[in-house]
Amino acid sequence: MREVAVVSFAQTPYVRRERGRSEVEMLLPVIGQAIERSGIPKSEIGFTCSGSSDYIAGQAFAFVSAVDALGAWPPISESHVEMDGAWALYEAWVKIQCGHADSALVFAFGRASMGTLPETLTMQLDPYTLQPLGVDAVSLAALQARALLDAGLCTERDMAEVAMRSRRDAKRNAFAQLKGDYEVAKILSEPHLISPLRKHDCPPISDGAAAVVIAAGDLARSKCRRPAWIRGIDHRIEPHQPGFRDLTVSPSTTLAAHKAGAASAPLDLAELHAPFTHQELILRRALALPAAVRINPSGGPLAANPMMAAGLVRIGEAAQRIHDRDAGRALAHATQGHCLQQNLVCVLEGE
Amino acid sequence: MAENCAVIGVGQTQHDSKRIDVSQVGLVREAALRALEDAELDWKDIDALVIGKAPDLFEGVMMPELFLADALGGAGKPMLRVHTAGSVGGTTAIVAASLVQAGVHERVLTVAYEKQSESNAMWALSIQLPFQQGVVAGAGGYFAPLIRAYIRRANAPEDTGIRVALKDRLNALKNPYAHLKFPGITFEQVAQSPMLWDPIRYLETCPSSDGACAMVLGNAKAAKRAPHKSAWVHATAMRTEPTQFAGRDQVNPRAGKDCAKELYAKAGITRPRQDIDCAEIYVPFSWFEPMWMENLGFAPEHEGWKMTYEGATALGGDMPVNMSGGVLSSNPIGASGMLRFAEAANQVRGLAGEHQVEGTRRALGHAYGGGSQYFSMWIVGDQPL
Repeated sequence: MREVAVVSFAQTPYVRRERGRSEVEMLLPVIGQAIERSGIPKSEIGFTCSGSSDYIAGQAFAFVSAVDALGAWPPISESHVEMDGAWALYEAWVKIQCGHADSALVFAFGRASMGTLPETLTMQLDPYTLQPLGVDAVSLAALQARALLDAGLCTERDMAEVAMRSRRDAKRNAFAQLKGDYEVAKILSEPHLISPLRKHDCPPISDGAAAVVIAAGDLARSKCRRPAWIRGIDHRIEPHQPGFRDLTVSPSTTLAAHKAGAASAPLDLAELHAPFTHQELILRRALALPAAVRINPSGGPLAANPMMAAGLVRIGEAAQRIHDRDAGRALAHATQGHCLQQNLVCVLEGE
Repeated sequence: MAENCAVIGVGQTQHDSKRIDVSQVGLVREAALRALEDAELDWKDIDALVIGKAPDLFEGVMMPELFLADALGGAGKPMLRVHTAGSVGGTTAIVAASLVQAGVHERVLTVAYEKQSESNAMWALSIQLPFQQGVVAGAGGYFAPLIRAYIRRANAPEDTGIRVALKDRLNALKNPYAHLKFPGITFEQVAQSPMLWDPIRYLETCPSSDGACAMVLGNAKAAKRAPHKSAWVHATAMRTEPTQFAGRDQVNPRAGKDCAKELYAKAGITRPRQDIDCAEIYVPFSWFEPMWMENLGFAPEHEGWKMTYEGATALGGDMPVNMSGGVLSSNPIGASGMLRFAEAANQVRGLAGEHQVEGTRRALGHAYGGGSQYFSMWIVGDQPL
């Protein structure tokens, strides 16, 4: 396998509603910054791949307009996944492994304010058996949290502590949307939103975009003082029907982490794409993370959750901490689908 | 490139305007099972899935691969979903091939589909957003002015499009999976069919289809064990150009020319018309055959229509194009690109049935999408490159 590293990362501030800018206008500065920070001239970037969803944008071919943020002239080698941008990064990594490119720009965007997100996500369910039930994304997450509580694998206090820690850590993240000091006791005194989830257990609805540049071997070394090397990357999917799965565990995360070699050396931190508090608890167990591993120093998706970009942001945040010598070895995780259906694990390391 | 990649199994559904006999699940399984059967493999032999389709608004399900993965044996495996407009079927195959070429997986199942009867594609494409150029009345309304520009530039005889449509519709009669079949169709019938978007007549237009296509791609080891002949991927390429850019030539897009140039260079092709035995290309409206003949370098600029006119692109011509009947005969949009790639593969495998071009050793699969901003192509051969 070729050595490939994340060499730069850029993101927008995340907001509940981006009023003034279209998706292309959100992307332009972010893509510009990621390319500039990479030190690789735009014309020399060998491949471009993005992640987005037409249903989030409310438009067929939303990614076609996004190309207008690339200045794709002369025409470029480019692809798109209807997935979180973390999977766009995976496709770009494969492209570099093939030797078809030595570097790639990866970006993702989501402007959930264009619709009513929990209901939009209902459209992501099996149209024959689940969509007609009208169950929304938060309700399904609540079912999962209930299963976890009933199994005695966590308490509502554990969940509140995840919320408290995430929003406290987000105070140091200039891009985060939801941040501040909250008391666990106070969180627990609040009413349930959809039992057993309280508002604090849920992610904010965010508009935002992110971009990453990855590069192979010597190119990465020559452009980046401390490249964040991708030591392993893998992703796995589970059955879609909630009834086909044990919702209290995440075997796809465990398998992806195993394939990515996560356990081969100690980790300093993990950026977990757990939109709901109880999902972080499931992931920590699935990844067998020791207590010493810092979880989501950025605040994670509970501080900002731009649909289709939040997974890529986890990789970007983990890489950034390696670039800054704040971490030596980090794990980044991305998820999509209801109740952690599909999961990606990327292990990053400084030299 | 770490590994050679080969097409070791191909399957497609019966294409029709409304496949009410199957759900989306049934549709993708029909193609996938045929591809597995062709490769004499089972679900458990597959390492990863790559699924492609055009806009989710066509079926009204957001990211439908999340629920389809179950039925495609996806549980516990990696699954990717590609979407690059009309070129997506081709790009999906290219992504799947890259997983094998990179040495990440030994055998990958790739499936592309569209079940257009679930909605109305023309209106799903016509959502008007502020400050964006509208597609007006579907793709036909978008492409007709480009065709008129081509006719004027090339001074092409006005019946060129009719000749393309007649040829493709006659070819479709040899394809058991084709959606539209008009036994005994004549030049006059095409010429007298209603004008939809001048100069595109009804019978010069692609249908709206339900259908799916699947391929099993494998490395050299997998190909060695395959029961049938393999098609070896010699080269792949894709190109994108921006929508809102005054410097674009939408009639003869630079993205298509650059894509072909890279493809030929990788495959060691210097004289495309001589070096390639047949081509299956994305022609949703008849006139795109001569336009793409020029864009792909098979004919000099302004002379693509001569190939059609002289019968070069007919089965039995020196450069057969769209042997299967093409997009004009079956158009499940998300699968249309992969059907082109799969036909190219079956031609070099010698498994194209009645529309086989004898002695094909190298074939081109081509797809484009959007307003001609997206291109993806591959060259397959009967031997590894």
